[in-house]
Amino acid sequence: MTDSAALLNKHSFIELGARQRAKALLDAGTFRELLDPFQRIMSPWLARQGVVPQADDGVVIAKGSLDGLPVVIAAIEGAFQGGSLGEVGGAKIAGALELAAEDNRNGIPTRAVLLLETGGVRLQEANLGLAAIADIHAAIVELRQYQPVVGVVAGSVGCFGGMSIAAGLCSYLLVTQEARLGLNGPQVIEQEAGLDEYDSRDRPFIWSLTGGEQRFASGLVDRYVADDVAQIRQQVGELLQQGLPTQQRSAQADLYLQRLARLDAEPQIEPATVRDLYQGERS
Amino acid sequence: MSSYSLRGLHWFDALSGDAKPVYGLPASLKVADGFLGEQPARFLAVVADPANRFARARNGEVGLLEGWGLAKAVDEVITADQGKSEKRALIAIVDVPSQAYGRREEALGIHQALAGAADSYARARLAGHAVIGLLVGKAMSGAFLAHGYQANRLIALRDPGVMVHAMGKASAARVTLRSVEELETLAASVPPMAYDIDSYASLGLLWETLSVEQIEQPTASDVNRVTECLTQAIGDVAEKGRDLSSRLGASNRAASSHVRQLLREQW
Repeated sequence: MTDSAALLNKHSFIELGARQRAKALLDAGTFRELLDPFQRIMSPWLARQGVVPQADDGVVIAKGSLDGLPVVIAAIEGAFQGGSLGEVGGAKIAGALELAAEDNRNGIPTRAVLLLETGGVRLQEANLGLAAIADIHAAIVELRQYQPVVGVVAGSVGCFGGMSIAAGLCSYLLVTQEARLGLNGPQVIEQEAGLDEYDSRDRPFIWSLTGGEQRFASGLVDRYVADDVAQIRQQVGELLQQGLPTQQRSAQADLYLQRLARLDAEPQIEPATVRDLYQGERS
Repeated sequence: MSSYSLRGLHWFDALSGDAKPVYGLPASLKVADGFLGEQPARFLAVVADPANRFARARNGEVGLLEGWGLAKAVDEVITADQGKSEKRALIAIVDVPSQAYGRREEALGIHQALAGAADSYARARLAGHAVIGLLVGKAMSGAFLAHGYQANRLIALRDPGVMVHAMGKASAARVTLRSVEELETLAASVPPMAYDIDSYASLGLLWETLSVEQIEQPTASDVNRVTECLTQAIGDVAEKGRDLSSRLGASNRAASSHVRQLLREQW
């Protein structure tokens, strides 16, 4: 195939909204949305603050199958309020994961895929967003006892705040070059620590530290994929087929403490330092 | 007067008493094995370490070492108590001003370190350990998610210095494009946005709030009072189970229950 033909054949995943992303991953004809926008389950907190709520609160919950396996997808809509999680959207994700775990206890092997485009807690619903994210963490750990939970950070919002911790709890993580994964958003770090520490306007700098390629090269994610619907779908399917990982990344405290002990924390850090420290010869 | 809070340290010392210190952890973690009455317990606190190797985590913030260190301290208990009929309770003493904000932290994956801590606390809960969070100071954002928010039961002391929030005021104002004054006005009428513990309590997330005489330096009667409350919380967990369902039910968190009910109907 010529380059231009390949380009024409490619379907961007990043350009899709949350609902289309969920549809694109599920087997044809199996998409069924729960609490769809027509049911208008909206945030009870936004209107009184002069923010227009959205009929799905920015989260799509879809059941269906992926390569024939029962799966629930929770997709966050990055275009609504920066993908931030409030009470309703957070409860949709936590509740879906809780029901997936219950399915497994009843002999139904439901798996979960999280499509993460989120700045974390929606500050207009602050403490209810934070509580919902704690519930999501609990539910991921619960479901992970039975089935893999696959996290996808495709871009363009990235995955931050409490939801980056949720990503860290996933059995597997898949990213593209456009993805960013980090706890604190660049603006907040700059606000808290100053411009010298973190320049939120320096995009190459930010991607070099928290971008998908760097995270993959540092072993903090499992798959690095082109922005292509077919490829992402295939790799998510492979990860679901793999079953539970032998060693959960978030359960490797000793390993990471040993690595951090080897670091000279005095000089400011470079991306290559992280790759060497976490992957050694692999980078 | 130090620039960082000593509440967590003081409450750790007071509650753990002659408990046996656990070594091999970062200096910013205080961990000890002791008893609450007859109940064996591991006490855990994140405290300020002015000599922390990571400069952005010297005031009690939860950073890379703290996240992974908490994970290690909790994992040890899960492993050691596996198969035992009586499992140690985990008492997370919470006085955490924030997660660490810094370049090193982001580069080295602080999100993964905090996931490590949340993971261990959640697995401890699932393994049958009572996990109790005791809020004696700030319980902020990612720091609280890593240290405390996976508890079966949350107990907060009643004091203006005890506060739960997703982000400090200045940053929250910047991100939401408001002034700090506007933010405060809104917080007064929107309970989840408020920083005070009474507004937080109205969300139904706390199991109990307690008044004490001296929150900075607890008295003997303060310690008795809190010890008794912790013991009751452990009993309540034994009776009612290890999930987080006790946090649902408040009118200010009604949507969280409503959404779950609809999901179940449509599942």
